[in-house]
Amino acid sequence: MIAEFGAFALILALAFAIAQLALSAVGRARRSTVLAAAGEGAALASFIGVALAFACLVYAFVTSDFSVANVAQNSHTEKPLLYRVAGAWGSHEGSMLLWCLALTGYGAAAVAFGRSLPRGLKASMVAIQGGLGTVFLAYTVFASNPLSRVAMPPVEGRSLNPLLQDPALAVHPPFLYAGYVGMSVVFSLAVAALIEGRVDAAWARWVRPWALAAWSLLTVGITLGSFWAYYELGWGGWWFWDPVENASFMPWLVATALLHSAIVTEKRGALAGWTLFLSLAAFSFSMLGAFLVRSGVLTSVHAFAVDPKRGVLLLIILGLTTGAGFSLFAWRAPKLAQGGLFAPVSRESALVLNNILLAAATTTVLLGTLYPLIREAMTGEAISVGPPYFNLTFTPLMATLAILLPAGPLLAWKRGDAQGVAQRLWIAALIALGVALLAYAIVSPRKAFGAAGIGMGSWLIAGAIAELVERTRLFRISAGESLRRLVGLPRGAWGMTLAHLGLGVFVLGACFETGWKAESAETLRVGQSLDVGAYHLRLDSVADVDGPNYDAERAVIHATKDGKPVCTGEPERRFYPAGGQTTSEVAICYRGPSHLYMVLGERRDAAGAPVWLVRAYWNPWATLIFLGPVIMGLGGLISLSDRRLRLGVARRRKEQPA
Amino acid sequence: MRWRAILAALAGVLCIAGSASDPAERLPDPAQEARARAIFEDVRCLVCQNESIDDSEAELAGDLRRIVREQVREGRSDAEIKRFLTDRYGEFVLLTPAFNAGNLALWGGPFLAAALGIFLLLRRLRNRSDGEALSEELSPEEAARVERLSESDSA
Repeated sequence: MIAEFGAFALILALAFAIAQLALSAVGRARRSTVLAAAGEGAALASFIGVALAFACLVYAFVTSDFSVANVAQNSHTEKPLLYRVAGAWGSHEGSMLLWCLALTGYGAAAVAFGRSLPRGLKASMVAIQGGLGTVFLAYTVFASNPLSRVAMPPVEGRSLNPLLQDPALAVHPPFLYAGYVGMSVVFSLAVAALIEGRVDAAWARWVRPWALAAWSLLTVGITLGSFWAYYELGWGGWWFWDPVENASFMPWLVATALLHSAIVTEKRGALAGWTLFLSLAAFSFSMLGAFLVRSGVLTSVHAFAVDPKRGVLLLIILGLTTGAGFSLFAWRAPKLAQGGLFAPVSRESALVLNNILLAAATTTVLLGTLYPLIREAMTGEAISVGPPYFNLTFTPLMATLAILLPAGPLLAWKRGDAQGVAQRLWIAALIALGVALLAYAIVSPRKAFGAAGIGMGSWLIAGAIAELVERTRLFRISAGESLRRLVGLPRGAWGMTLAHLGLGVFVLGACFETGWKAESAETLRVGQSLDVGAYHLRLDSVADVDGPNYDAERAVIHATKDGKPVCTGEPERRFYPAGGQTTSEVAICYRGPSHLYMVLGERRDAAGAPVWLVRAYWNPWATLIFLGPVIMGLGGLISLSDRRLRLGVARRRKEQPA
Repeated sequence: MRWRAILAALAGVLCIAGSASDPAERLPDPAQEARARAIFEDVRCLVCQNESIDDSEAELAGDLRRIVREQVREGRSDAEIKRFLTDRYGEFVLLTPAFNAGNLALWGGPFLAAALGIFLLLRRLRNRSDGEALSEELSPEEAARVERLSESDSA
């Protein structure tokens, strides 16, 4: 009953999405507030329908209702509750339903928070959002229904891929999808602005909160995914330039560029066309990501819920929506005003340069991801594009961006003062240089590139602090007055400082970890040991463990440094009988920001006693790699809470004239 | 594309062999071993889903590692070893795409995109001198328009 109810709610949601599109579009054309309001009501109803369907799917997973095909294929009665719930979005069908939930949810939110939008723009936006909802809901209902039944329900389910049974991964898709799909509002606003034919500072201000929310969630989602790969795949790596990672990284890069270009459009009325282009591109890249991940056209370590046949349908959806958006752009954009003028040294120029570098970086990731497909289609030759390619192209582009970044926020609009900026940044530059030289001198083994990276991270952090010092006029006025200024800073300013600081923290961690990580592996008998970095690890015991839905061997490894005990790690090697898979659960000892990472490998029967392959990594400052992006996402959310950015604020401000 | 999917599925079954750091596979000379490991990072595990043979535990990755280590021990250069691999498995086996005509767009694309952006920026900056002079603030009309637009509750 519940599954049928959910399926029915889903079909209703589709009907409401169609109504939303039709009512809002006709309402806009006839300037009818009644029809437009009905369209908004349909948007809310569509969201409620999808939410009900989603709740039914979660219920079917929690109660292990194996008469639902999707549950039978992706769940198991012995699976812990969290993973039964997460199973609802672990499959292709479920993840598309989650996508639709986010899409209609954003549609409803745009209706609720968009009270201050001009009526015409709002009706157009709601119509476009309804169009997107129609397309994706139709796909879910007709090609990918997660609530369809099987004729002969099995007694037991086939279980979720054990690699996916992990807390970070269980919560990672909701964040990622909330980020991906948040760009849909930006897309709808851009298309609506093109239809209305007016793109100006006010429009950029309406776009920014949505872009900011989506960007922050995407940042957190990508970080969670990366952290999952770090401790679940057991290689000690955190970014593999894998197609699935790239698929989520491209919308992030575009959204980052958009956030910066939207500032120029909002403050200076310039770059309106480019900001529109990025608004369309951000959601296009999100859809491309969904297509790449779900179609299986690219081979990936993260490819789990893959279905090539339905990939074609997703490709058609992608082609239709982006094609329509960009055609409209090509038709209407040339008529847009060019906006304010600026000097070569100015905030505008700095932000344009930021956009050029981010666009080039996106091109790199796009080419690196799709070029093997293009090349194979054109010449039939298969090639691989792996991490070395990205290190040679992406890294120099981002390094350039990092070097220029601290200057940007210190430059004035229209015409900046290069000398003044240099005066404000020389201390930060000295600190960065000092840290780089220090890293080069004292960290062994000596590595020039690693030290340069450390310097760059310090430069970003010191630059962000220098910007804060500048804003509070510290050292030039009394400390108390500076403190008052610090407290009084707008949240948007805090957000920016945190985001830039977070990038610096990330660069610091990434460069330290990449430059100086140590790896060691030995086959050990119980009582034997191996050395990694400055640590001495002894395999104390290995015991059999019965998990809820797996059998495991769990090792107890004691780590010591200079003879003093440091910590105990208990890595496991798990076997999941339901799917016949083996996974390793790593143990991580947190030593300040650094990680001592231990992996229990396979058991081998040597003469006499059994031996185990034990691998250990010393990953210095690895915590910063994940902390940095979290700070960035936090910066985004703080910025989002800025009064100035909140929709509907304009109306309230009128009541208290300044 | 299909054969690769089948091979990838097969890889799941085969994921039982050791890893690159397995001491049983290791070369006795640490310098040679380090060289071999550096090469591993650039060689694709052909049956895996986008892993290098340095990361993969698949049997075929183990075989490739054995071949590479063998040749390193015989004193062959990195280039010779990579040529040996590409002769057998094609360009696909190397994770660094070759610098050749076929990959021109791949290597050139990002820098072309950056150059195009810089060109457009410079053109925009040059247009400035032909147009109106720079004023320090929004013109009164501009400011009024921004204010009007952001305050308007209805169209």
